[in-house]
Amino acid sequence: METVVSSKPLLATLVSLLVVGPIILSRRRPNLRESWTFLAGFIKLGIVLSMLPIILEGGVIEWTLWEILPGLALAFRVDGLGMLFALVASTLWIVTSLYSIGYMRRMKEHSQTRFFAFFAVALSATLGVAFSANLLTMYLFYEMLSLSTYPLVTHHQDREARAGGRTYLTYLLGTSVAFALPAMIYTYMKSGGSMEFVSGGFLAGSVSGGEATVLLILFVFGFAKAGVMPFHSWLPAAMVAPTPVSALLHAVAVVKVGVFCVLRVITGVFGVDFLASLGAATVIVWLASITVLAASLLALTQDNLKRRLAFSTISQLSYIVLGAAMLSESALTGSIMHIAMHAMGKITLFFCAGAIFVATGKKYVSEMDGIGWRMPFTMFAYLLGALSIIGLPPFGGAWSKWFLFLGSVETHNIYLTLVLAISSLLNIAYLLPVAVRAFYVPPGKGNTKIDLHEAPTACVIPLTLTAFGCLALFLFPEILLSLARLMGEPS
Amino acid sequence: MVDQYPAIVLLAPFFAAIAVSLLGNWKSGFCLPLTVLSLVISLMSSIALLGQVAESGEVVYLLGGWPRPYGIEFRVDPLNGLLLVVICTIALLSSIYSIRAAAVETPDKCPQFYTLYLLLVTGLLGMSMTGDAFNLYVLVEVASLTSYALIAMRSKRAVLASFNYIIMGTIGASFYLLGVGYLYMKTGSLNMVDIREVLLESGLYTSETILVAFMMIMVGVWIKMAFFPLHGWLPNAYSYAPSTASCVLAPLVTKVTVYVMIRMMFTVFGPEYVFVYLGWSDVVVWMAIVAILAGSILALAQTDLKKMLSYLIVAEVGYMVGGVWLANETALVGAIYHVISDAFMTLCLFLAAGAIITKTGKYCIKDMEGLFRKMPWTMVGFVIAALSMIGIPPTCGFFSKWYLINGGIEAGNWGYVAALLISSLINAILFFRVIEVAYFKKESTDSDKEETVSGSSGVGEPPLTMLGPLLVTAVCLLLIGIFNQEIVILIRQAVSSFGPLGFIG
Amino acid sequence: MILVDFIVSRFNYWIYIILMMMGLFAMIAKKNLIKKLIGMSIFQTAIILFFVSIGVKEGSTIPILAHEAAHDPAHQQAAPLTEKGEGHIQNGKGRDALRAEDYANPLPHVLMLTAIVVGVATLGVGLAVVQKLHQEFGSIEEPEILAKIDSDDG
Repeated sequence: METVVSSKPLLATLVSLLVVGPIILSRRRPNLRESWTFLAGFIKLGIVLSMLPIILEGGVIEWTLWEILPGLALAFRVDGLGMLFALVASTLWIVTSLYSIGYMRRMKEHSQTRFFAFFAVALSATLGVAFSANLLTMYLFYEMLSLSTYPLVTHHQDREARAGGRTYLTYLLGTSVAFALPAMIYTYMKSGGSMEFVSGGFLAGSVSGGEATVLLILFVFGFAKAGVMPFHSWLPAAMVAPTPVSALLHAVAVVKVGVFCVLRVITGVFGVDFLASLGAATVIVWLASITVLAASLLALTQDNLKRRLAFSTISQLSYIVLGAAMLSESALTGSIMHIAMHAMGKITLFFCAGAIFVATGKKYVSEMDGIGWRMPFTMFAYLLGALSIIGLPPFGGAWSKWFLFLGSVETHNIYLTLVLAISSLLNIAYLLPVAVRAFYVPPGKGNTKIDLHEAPTACVIPLTLTAFGCLALFLFPEILLSLARLMGEPS
Repeated sequence: MVDQYPAIVLLAPFFAAIAVSLLGNWKSGFCLPLTVLSLVISLMSSIALLGQVAESGEVVYLLGGWPRPYGIEFRVDPLNGLLLVVICTIALLSSIYSIRAAAVETPDKCPQFYTLYLLLVTGLLGMSMTGDAFNLYVLVEVASLTSYALIAMRSKRAVLASFNYIIMGTIGASFYLLGVGYLYMKTGSLNMVDIREVLLESGLYTSETILVAFMMIMVGVWIKMAFFPLHGWLPNAYSYAPSTASCVLAPLVTKVTVYVMIRMMFTVFGPEYVFVYLGWSDVVVWMAIVAILAGSILALAQTDLKKMLSYLIVAEVGYMVGGVWLANETALVGAIYHVISDAFMTLCLFLAAGAIITKTGKYCIKDMEGLFRKMPWTMVGFVIAALSMIGIPPTCGFFSKWYLINGGIEAGNWGYVAALLISSLINAILFFRVIEVAYFKKESTDSDKEETVSGSSGVGEPPLTMLGPLLVTAVCLLLIGIFNQEIVILIRQAVSSFGPLGFIG
Repeated sequence: MILVDFIVSRFNYWIYIILMMMGLFAMIAKKNLIKKLIGMSIFQTAIILFFVSIGVKEGSTIPILAHEAAHDPAHQQAAPLTEKGEGHIQNGKGRDALRAEDYANPLPHVLMLTAIVVGVATLGVGLAVVQKLHQEFGSIEEPEILAKIDSDDG
């Protein structure tokens, strides 16, 4: 395995942080301000892409800043998993930026400068997590992400935002300090001062089965961004945010950082083989299964479209955790791929929810009768996104579901296969009715005239792009698959 | 010149105090430049001194050239070398901050204020340098007397708080003095290093007199540092004091007293006496746990911003006492590192609180809505300090917690670990309560335009002399965190000179 | 009898402890601020008494060297300040020349000079604070002052 020393991961992380200054300085000129965001977005994507070939060849890129605690440095390390996540996040940032401009300007939101500035900070933190080489660096960026998204979640600054923001921070900050921090320190002590992620884990042999189980549970709950029940309520609460925030942060960045951390802990800290030998992951398997089903059932009961999507996200996140905790190679591949597939699908759905709100002011599913003919692009994109999430070919979601099913069969656990099957049915039950209503139910009484009334172009283009992205991911999954397989291989 | 640094550090503020009291009455314009000048000199020489100490391990300065054990000596090792730099920095920052605040809060008392201020700094510097147990008492009293007077410079409640502080402070100092008396009876020496040698050579550890001396000294020191339940004097004294005074009192007095405790435990009595022979470690750590929890919970009950911060100091004292008494190196290093980081955190919080109170005239947390719009930079400072108190990397608060929790796990004291985590969570609640109020607008005013909010109330950022120190402190919090390794190396150097720390079975 | 011996032989300690407790009681229990300060003075005096008493030895005299003794070369060795390292209460080498046990230990007394100064300073600050309290609240009784503060709040 080739190791390249390069400052690229650091630059990719920093580029959006550096752009915060220009964004604030050009607050009086919105067009200039937004072009900074795009500039940073493309540079970021460029840097990430430039690292891709090395990673695909099986190499890793490393960069160490400095040692911050004995034997523990602030360090970056890019491998397949990190690369995949960074690729998803930086691509979707550009798309979302375009969408945000359309959304924020049409809604005449206040404090747009603050919005774009903190968005950029949040992206830095996301890439920081993706590229971190050890637990401490990851924790640092994890906390940075929680804090930088608070102003975004509470953007409206009204009573509802206040309550939502309170729940948001209580859960995210509380769990990370109460669970993840002690687990991390304990790991540090047990491993003899090392926290570097290595494939196969570094804890093997230094903790007993009981300790490993407790630590794993602490980590899974501590990274509450993964939304494993009972620490999931922050996600529906965060839906008070403007839709672009929900779209990027709560379908891609924030929640995926949560599952990413869990994946890292399982693969890089404990090691799949070590956990398998202890049987320590069984608890996580069951917790995740319960979350998958319970969140799907809760999603059925939600009338607010964004809340419904939020519960759907909770359920889908637990697929990823479940896939990792199954400890089989196919399941792991599936769960890593699901990061990308779900991101693409769910961001489409959120974009659509936002577009509907921008165009018609409607938030509730029950109001959306017949809306499909007024907003054909949006609703068609919604249909594609929903099908991808459900896991039907020819959409990206089919691949990750396929590998997850394969993994559940490999583990010879019929219950898990059942969980996945039931939840797929539930996905259909809560996602498709929206599209069905939109296209087949006539829009209220008396109002038979159908006029085309789409959202702003800046909103429609991104959601169309991501909808076709779902399709593209089905047709060309090779890059993702090979990145995901890099993690499954024993080194 | 080079070997006179310890004297310069102490004498610069001392002579400046005399000069201020003489010249200031004639022309009050002299006060501030003299104060700042002397503190700059002090800071420079303390940094130079720290450099010397880091190289040679220990600098001993004999006052009047009398050798140990006859004369009084100043002993500077990496531990108090660091502390000197911290004290000078904080004093300098607060003095710059005081330009505007002191003029508002204590008008017409400029020379008096700065004289007391400089004497307080002198006392604190002396407390951390001296190697003589009785001299320490005198310097403790110098620092205490000036703080009584500084607190009483505000009217009404502050005066009563000051009176209660006098009573409690005197009891504390007297207990300390008694302890020193008993120690002197048995060892015949007042020099700290010498006492330790006599204790070891003559096998005095079993003596009950030494036990009484140790108890008296500890109780005295605990009263002075407001270790729960001996904290009664602190919250009122610090919250009603003039904001400039509380900016230097709150960060420094308790921390320097914690240093005194460390010095007494490790240099005078020795870890082998405190931990191995007495074996009280568990009891004191549990007291510290109670202090942490009680301080945090009491802070939760406060509606006044400065009072809330004052109760947090009580909790933080618990962190440090607990860390010291956990009896292992990691925890001790953590406690000492926390002395430094907490000094800056407290400074940052009190500077921010002072700026808010001076500009808005509001004391209650619930009155602080919309502050992010009105004074964004002040709130940036406040938020950084708050994050540090909660323990979010890369602020220094995270690293001190890291070492302390590490030490707690090493010692197997899960109660202490849990207390630290619970108090972090309570801190999170406390500070986000403030931040939330400041971030959101008052619910009754539903105007969305920025202009109306900032325009109508007429409250803006504080002047640069207040904002500058605040932001410098906030940056310090990050720097201390990021470069914690360098500081910890120095601390370890000091800790290793204490000899092996005993473990309690 | 043993108990009496125990008490009598340590009478200086008993006296200082009794004085100290009186002072402490006054500081904590009295409501009048001046009485609290009086208690504080008693408290400090008790400590001074303690220190002074530990310097005293039976049959000893004031620690001033007679003129000729100080200039006698044999005695100079014994003068503690000129010697390094072994200057504890009883100095081994100079015992025959200058019997340290003949003199009261001067050090605690010297310390107490400083402690008295500190005590006076504390008392001074305390009285000034009480005076200021009286100016602002018109009372030196703690309950009355607290009542005034409460009524200000309400």
